[in-house]
Amino acid sequence: MERTRKPAVPGWFSEEGGFRLLGTRCPACAAVFFPREDAYCRNPHCAGGGAMEEVPLSRRGRVWSYTDGRYRPPAPYPSDPEEPWEPYTLLAVELEAEGMVVLGQAVPGVGPADLEVGMEVEVVGGVLAEDADTVWTTWRFRPVGGRA
Amino acid sequence: MTDVAVLGAGMHPWGKWGRSFVEYGRVAARAALADAGLEWSGVQSVVGAGTVRGGYPGYVAGATFARALGWQGARVASVYAACASGAQAVAAARAQILAGQADAVLVVGADAAPKGFFAPAGGDRPDDPDWLRFRLLGATNPAYFGLYARRRMAVYGDTAEDFARVKVKNAAAGALNPLARYRKAVTAEEVAASPVVADPLRLLDVCATSDGGAALVLGSIEFARARGVADPVRIRAVSTVTPRYPRTVLDLPDIATDSACGAGAGADAGAASAAVPFRASIARAVYEEAGVGPEDLSLAEVYDLSTALELEWYEDIGLCGPGEGASLLGKGATALGGRLPVNASGGLASFGEAVPAQAIAQVCELTWQLRGAAGARQVPGARVGIAVNQGLFGHGSAVVAVR
Ligand SMILES: [Zn+2]
Repeated sequence: MERTRKPAVPGWFSEEGGFRLLGTRCPACAAVFFPREDAYCRNPHCAGGGAMEEVPLSRRGRVWSYTDGRYRPPAPYPSDPEEPWEPYTLLAVELEAEGMVVLGQAVPGVGPADLEVGMEVEVVGGVLAEDADTVWTTWRFRPVGGRA
Repeated sequence: MTDVAVLGAGMHPWGKWGRSFVEYGRVAARAALADAGLEWSGVQSVVGAGTVRGGYPGYVAGATFARALGWQGARVASVYAACASGAQAVAAARAQILAGQADAVLVVGADAAPKGFFAPAGGDRPDDPDWLRFRLLGATNPAYFGLYARRRMAVYGDTAEDFARVKVKNAAAGALNPLARYRKAVTAEEVAASPVVADPLRLLDVCATSDGGAALVLGSIEFARARGVADPVRIRAVSTVTPRYPRTVLDLPDIATDSACGAGAGADAGAASAAVPFRASIARAVYEEAGVGPEDLSLAEVYDLSTALELEWYEDIGLCGPGEGASLLGKGATALGGRLPVNASGGLASFGEAVPAQAIAQVCELTWQLRGAAGARQVPGARVGIAVNQGLFGHGSAVVAVR
């Protein structure tokens, strides 16, 4: 049976026409929120007004910092305790246009030794976990121009 | 006058004891009461710092400890603010005393920690940022500490050796503290030989999770005097501030920071004050309330969840400028015997984290130091101490105590 692809979290990214993270923007003050804030604007200096609008975030950003996870994280991280643990790499990426830092895992195969603070990376689709009938998709960061 | 007196301080030793947090809290409470020379029936109020790990009794910690000590009719409050829970409990007790609602208040926090990483509360909760960071990213607490540490290396040129030096310093102090969990000197070589947990941090760079309990008996200055304590240690200020928008420095448990876009819309004053990062604003608020500055300090207890984070705190509480933490450490200024000892208790490096007890334990250490009763780790002539901490989800925690 063909497994269906589903986002691991709904509404945070779109795969149509190139992978993009999706945030929301306040029409009154232009503040951007990720993860999306649909009900209200959190800027205390904003008078508000108008519904929050969905907005794609920048495709590219620069590495603010990075680390890895050498030990298996606890649930609810999807990971089979029977399988040997494969460390993952975690990036904090600065998006210039939005003025924010966003976390995401690196694409598989990219480790701390491949990264540098300030390096340009792009957001791409990836797989968080697979089960009997579903492939759970997520976002990943990849150094621009392939592996460093 | 906004001072309250520390009448008593007490702790249950930190460790992995395998018992209920209630037992640790009860032991600490009785020690603090004995230190104050007060019967449990002599306090009119009890404030418990909560824990999410003890089930319902942890959420209603104040009543849980009151029941364990034996119901005596005291008014009760329970507070929860993650790692800042203890400071909020102190703040609540202080407010009651200053409002004339109680002469003496018992403050208690205790925890029984799991082995390994802290994990979010159970169940499927996709609206909870703490659940989401584990679910989507596997972002444990040490992962955030690793990100901060790597950032320091890139921006300030800090090295793994600088970080190891923090552990060596704190372990040396902890070896002198009978209440600490780890009471053994550690060498830089031992830090470097420990396994990497979250690059660039190694096992000995990251604080453990511990069992422990801490308690304080706070009272009015008049009550202390009436009991013949003319010159008590005084809590002069408590800061429990929240961040200011936009918060552009990544913090647990968030997956992203606020956006700097649109920040100025409306009021420029807000945007300008947002330029002070959260941790620095916690210290600023407590200094302002206490009427003291970093130049007045005899010692500081800071929340060294990781070795690298201790260096950040030096800068945030104004002991040195941004990026100068490693240099201050290297000169020995923050070691016992230095100009301004930091974590004379041994810090989290020697205790491990027992979340709701930790901020209270910091004030216990300040109390003993300011009394001149800290034994082999005494900071000579200590007059002013600060304890700082930060609870996830935006909780500031700082206390200034004086003698
Ligand atoms: Zn707005």
